[in-house]
Amino acid sequence: MSEQSAPGADGSGRPSGRLLEVDGLRVEFRTRDGVAKVINGVTYHVDAGETLAVLGESGSGKSVTAQTIMGILDTPPGFVTGGQVRFHGKDMLKMSAEQRRRIRGEGIAMIFQDSLSALNPVFTVGFQIAEQFRIRRGLSRSDAKKRAIEMLDQVKIPNAKGRYSNYPHQFSGGMRQRAMIAMSLALDPEVLIADEPTTALDVTVQAQIMDLLGELQRERQMGMILITHDLGVVADVADRIAVMYAGRIVEEADVYDLYAKPAHPYTLGLLNSIPRMDEKGQELRTIKGLPPNLMNIPPGCAFNPRCPMAQPVCREKVPPLLQLGRGRASACHFAEELVNRD
Amino acid sequence: MTENIIEVRDLVKHYPVTRGVVFKKTIGHVKAVDGVSFDLKAGETLGVVGESGCGKSTLARVLMNLEKPTAGQVLYKGQDISKLSGGALRRLRRQIQLVMQDPYTSLNPRMTVGDLIGEPFEIHPEVAPRRSRRDKVKELLDLVGLNPEHINRYPHQFSGGQRQRIGIARALALRPEVIVCDEPVSALDVSIQAQVMNLLEKLQAEFGLSYVFIAHDLSVVRHLSDRVAVMYLGKMVEVGTEDEIYERPTHPYTQALLSAVPVPDPTVRESKAIIRLQGDVPSPVSPPSGCRFRTRCWKAQDVCAQEVPLLQIRPGSDHPSACHFAEKREIVATHEAA
Repeated sequence: MSEQSAPGADGSGRPSGRLLEVDGLRVEFRTRDGVAKVINGVTYHVDAGETLAVLGESGSGKSVTAQTIMGILDTPPGFVTGGQVRFHGKDMLKMSAEQRRRIRGEGIAMIFQDSLSALNPVFTVGFQIAEQFRIRRGLSRSDAKKRAIEMLDQVKIPNAKGRYSNYPHQFSGGMRQRAMIAMSLALDPEVLIADEPTTALDVTVQAQIMDLLGELQRERQMGMILITHDLGVVADVADRIAVMYAGRIVEEADVYDLYAKPAHPYTLGLLNSIPRMDEKGQELRTIKGLPPNLMNIPPGCAFNPRCPMAQPVCREKVPPLLQLGRGRASACHFAEELVNRD
Repeated sequence: MTENIIEVRDLVKHYPVTRGVVFKKTIGHVKAVDGVSFDLKAGETLGVVGESGCGKSTLARVLMNLEKPTAGQVLYKGQDISKLSGGALRRLRRQIQLVMQDPYTSLNPRMTVGDLIGEPFEIHPEVAPRRSRRDKVKELLDLVGLNPEHINRYPHQFSGGQRQRIGIARALALRPEVIVCDEPVSALDVSIQAQVMNLLEKLQAEFGLSYVFIAHDLSVVRHLSDRVAVMYLGKMVEVGTEDEIYERPTHPYTQALLSAVPVPDPTVRESKAIIRLQGDVPSPVSPPSGCRFRTRCWKAQDVCAQEVPLLQIRPGSDHPSACHFAEKREIVATHEAA
């Protein structure tokens, strides 16, 4: 039977021994046109050595959650209105800017989707990596350069020494993404947040980058949060998956369970939307309609207007994220029926 | 046998690379499309796949007669489209239409949906008399699954998927025979992407359209295409039916490309045999001699550097492949498992 949601989700703030925990997080964007509720109580965690994939479509709040964790949320318009982000049990949202700065890079690091705009175009790639060693580790210029070249070498950039003094625009998309990985791993972080790291890349290069990330993660036993919309990439690398919709986690599960038997109609809809070989020539089973406007989220379950299973209760009551056992949780009133169906 | 509606013969499109401002000097050429031939049959969907820089969008522009080919021909029902002008060209434009990738930049933000979809009728007034245009536009909106009452709205009032539907309605306005779709769903979310793909299929069945479907997403191309052409650095490396390309690929690049596609099924993780290509695509300004894929190919021999492999049917295979060492390889089975 179901029990109340994950430990710590009550926002009590008691430490649970997790590496990084997001707990009941709420974020809203206050704009001229109104208030958009972008994150509406998100709870997830990641432990050392594991990969949590956060899956969702545009506007689901997956990137904003990551920005809040990193403390790079644009305020205004973004405001955290509730919840905690705990790193080693300590709430980072209550820390001073200086304390947070110390965690960034060494505790938690992030790589971004668009490497061309994430790197500074007027400094060389090598300088941007070496900078961290000089400022955070107090190394001399020449030592920092040596370490930066080591990093470039670790991410398998050929001719690392020569590439050190190249500018970002002189790198190809794949190489730039490697450079960004080198930069984010320079201070040996415990958690790496990868926000759509391969979305802008071609498939063959994507495969190289995902391999590299997996390898580095295993070596360093990092916790990794992989933010993506790509169900293929998730199936390849994730241990656990959290599916987001309209600023909430609607399902959380082990990767094998989620693909075998989704416990939320949205997840099921996403899986059905992928073109599959054995259904060629048939119509794709789509999710009807559009994601909700975050300034005007439908009452009850945010997914109810698009849901094929919706009942009157779905329009009245917000379904809580309930545990279904074996680390699974679903925020659907009919989760058990979904899981127990044939 | 169905007739060929478009025939492309040895198509070449080079763009000059220049240096200097006043005295521009051509210092080289970007060989965007370099000798491509294929046919499009009436009512079929030809998928074109390849990575960025392989020339697939340039191909679309030349097919649309937006660019003149450097050499070679595009024949529409036997007529060379780059030789047409005036009324003949205008008549041709009615028959070949384009759906673009980015629904955010391809619609004029200052025009209403009615103006956007009705604009083709201004240029081709013979298709719809002025009085009936608004009704025509409403019909088109209904056809692509949008509310006809929204005819006076502006593009920003629609979501990405809806805007792509507007783009499709505009392409359909003149009842073309061929629609060139250049990455029509890659900017959309998975659930919306599926809706637009269903729409494209429905319209094809209803109007007997032929599609040239250009995309980098191999599973999307597979779902929609009857035949598939794989491009690499301005050349076609393999052409075949959807089944031949996905089940029995013989070109190493096709094999690598297919094996790199992440399969949305965690249970095949272990069993997947992935071919990892090294390095990046070389510059199209100075592509490698001989076979252009040889610098990343694990099968490359001396002959690959000297001789350009022709796109032809090789022994032991049933479809054309541009590889000296083309052979079947059991790697792509993972695709079925999904």
